[in-house]
Amino acid sequence: MANAHAPDTSHYYVPHDSAWPIRGSVALFALMLGAISYFNDWAGGWSFAPGVVLLAYMFFGWFSTVIGENQHGIYNDQVDRSFRMGMMWFIFSEVMFFAAFFGALFYARTLSVPWLAGQGVKVFTNFLLWPKFEGAWPTNGPAHVGGHADSTFETIAAIGLPAINTAILLTSGLTITIAHHALRAGKRGTLTVFLALTFLLGFTFVGLQAHEYGEAYKDLGLKLSTGIYGSTFFMLTGFHGLHVTVGAIMLLVIWLRVLRGHFTPKKHFAFEAVAWYWHFVDVVWLGLFIFVYWL
Amino acid sequence: MAEQHAHAAEHDDHDHKPHGWRRWVYATNHKDIGTMYLIFACTMFFIGGAMAMVIRLELFKPGMQFVDPQFFNSMTTMHALMMIFGAVMPAWTGLANWMIPLQVGAPDMALPRLNNFSFWILPFAFTLLLSSLFVPGGAPAGGWTMYPPLVLQNGASFPMLIFSIHLMGASSILGAINVVVTIMNLRAPGMTLLRMPLFVWTWLITAYLLIAVMPVLAGAVTMLLTDHFFGTTFFTAAGGGDPVMFQHIFWFFGHPEVYILILPAFGIVSEIIPTFSRKPLFGYEAMVYATASIAFLSFIVWAHHMFTVGMPLAAQLFFMLSTMLIAIPTGVKVFNWTTTMFRGSLTFEPPMLFAIAFLFLFSIGGFSGLMLAIVPADYQYQDTYFVVAHFHYVLVPGAIFGIMAGVYYWLPKWVGNMYDQTLAKWHFWLSTIFVNVLFFPQHFLGLAGMPRRIPDYAVQFTDWNMVSSIGGFGFGLAQLLFPYLIWKCVKSGERVVGNKAWEGAHGLEWELPSPAPYHSWGTPPSETMIARGAAH
Repeated sequence: MANAHAPDTSHYYVPHDSAWPIRGSVALFALMLGAISYFNDWAGGWSFAPGVVLLAYMFFGWFSTVIGENQHGIYNDQVDRSFRMGMMWFIFSEVMFFAAFFGALFYARTLSVPWLAGQGVKVFTNFLLWPKFEGAWPTNGPAHVGGHADSTFETIAAIGLPAINTAILLTSGLTITIAHHALRAGKRGTLTVFLALTFLLGFTFVGLQAHEYGEAYKDLGLKLSTGIYGSTFFMLTGFHGLHVTVGAIMLLVIWLRVLRGHFTPKKHFAFEAVAWYWHFVDVVWLGLFIFVYWL
Repeated sequence: MAEQHAHAAEHDDHDHKPHGWRRWVYATNHKDIGTMYLIFACTMFFIGGAMAMVIRLELFKPGMQFVDPQFFNSMTTMHALMMIFGAVMPAWTGLANWMIPLQVGAPDMALPRLNNFSFWILPFAFTLLLSSLFVPGGAPAGGWTMYPPLVLQNGASFPMLIFSIHLMGASSILGAINVVVTIMNLRAPGMTLLRMPLFVWTWLITAYLLIAVMPVLAGAVTMLLTDHFFGTTFFTAAGGGDPVMFQHIFWFFGHPEVYILILPAFGIVSEIIPTFSRKPLFGYEAMVYATASIAFLSFIVWAHHMFTVGMPLAAQLFFMLSTMLIAIPTGVKVFNWTTTMFRGSLTFEPPMLFAIAFLFLFSIGGFSGLMLAIVPADYQYQDTYFVVAHFHYVLVPGAIFGIMAGVYYWLPKWVGNMYDQTLAKWHFWLSTIFVNVLFFPQHFLGLAGMPRRIPDYAVQFTDWNMVSSIGGFGFGLAQLLFPYLIWKCVKSGERVVGNKAWEGAHGLEWELPSPAPYHSWGTPPSETMIARGAAH
């Protein structure tokens, strides 16, 4: 943001027309077509490729355009505020997406599994259908779906890799805050180092999660198809891991921008947006650590 | 056309309309995008309507006449999806695009490119959904509510259904974010929150609902997808899940969704009734609080859609009572609209006719909703035509009439021409008479026990089904007047003289020339204009 002059409040800024949104729509369409073809066995895994490539192209192009316009200083404070509000509500929509999966977890743990075990008025459900099912969590259900060949499975203890991962994410929340303070104080060196630390911690987290997934699949019999425990475990941690990956890429992008001298102590919307997003994935992880791994 | 030169100096190209296809495909102008949304919604309305005609044709007589049961079920499923996600929601977003910037004194939507994105996702989403009619196994046929395990039995259409819902959801979320940001950040100086027109207020609250619940729907259908293709057991009891869990998650989205469909109509009616009563709206602030209360309550009533599926007694009582509570803020609204008309100088132009019909007929839907809220009564009504009659009363003479009223109210502002009011009154009377012929008998059918979503029925239901079908065909044909009327208005309507198309109209949109210039409010409106508009 080269221009720090006061924004012209008597005039509004309206962006010129753009080809990026329609490219985005086409990219999404291609991605969905690919997914549909794959799931319907009309095509192989390659059918995802056009959509993924187009989507990556769109993100790269659209963000490049916006960053370029921003660097030319054509966005005023009002546009900056619009971006901020937009990002906040986008994060809120993400929170609600995770809420659906947390809701499924709580429903299974407090309602459907106890009911199958005969709790309350459901005595006959248990007695007639699943007489030996006791409903202890973790479970892969009364029919013992998935898991090892003998239908058993093990879970990942909270104290272990997940605790280390918690420490990693919490530390990364700290490092990005230090980076933010450094940015505001104009200490570019500290900013560069701590921002780098943040995304390195982020990618480390993703790596450790991948390692944990490998172990779960190979040794523990814990898979996506291991009953309700496997379903909720992998969908929650999987979508979280996906968000951490995206967040870490975003951190990498703003780090590269810092290296190019972008952002000023006063104006750095993109930095803050990424920081908010990072705190959001952090908080979701705390929920996961408590309700999925620990309790 | 009064061009306003009021844009960032870096870009001089948008003082002129872009020409050719680029204007629409690369559009960032809120009026162009609003127009595209409205045309899209109208198209989907006629496709969804054609599906309804197939349904009424098959149900004209008992026995199997025209289509096989699988296709009939596809028609009921697709009709609902087309009308909810394709017609009503895009129509509201189109109206929001056109009107919110005009009404709050903003130059455009806050995030114009995102606006383009959220529109252009839709044609692709519906291409996917509609093309499922032609894949092996046919279109989705398990009902728009997508309950497992039935929905998992769809053929190749299953992933098409799921991914088109994902796209529609993404479009709605982005559109809603844009509305919130526009209202919160781009209001003209002096346009305080409690000076905003009610259409803006109701849309703001609708947008919050959308951002809160569309992601939940995305989550729900994602779980369906993984249950089908990746062996998860969210909705399978054998693995510890529960098919009923889907219903809870779905209706946590679904109930706020029905308010998403109706709240903007409340806003439009609150604009129209004062205009044609030549009185300020009675109880403006009460209207705002009532809307917010309805939105809040919509989050804690979802299980009234599933009383018969089985849940603890305490839960049934809670959901019954919380549902009935909604009648209070809704009653406040109906009271205020009625009181606004009381001792007003009423005239009955087409928007007012639609608004008054809305008031009466939406209330009928509201009352049958109260009946359905009563748990023991609901055990009788569940899955019968009584439910079909109920939600069509709130959606057709409710939401759809609200949209029609809005279009008839603002069309002269959009194109600068007045439409043929006589023809519009024909459209109104034919619609209003036939919509009652169509849906009122369905109350009787439902109370007598006719189940919904079945292509055949016992012979004692014949008479009222025939009446209902005749009403359906009449209503469907009458709607053809609507696009004709708009086309005629654009081509050869009489010029509107002055800013106001209606004598009693207030609000910032009526401070602009007709048609509204391509770029409006490039400089914020004056304090006096805002004060004149906010005459409530």
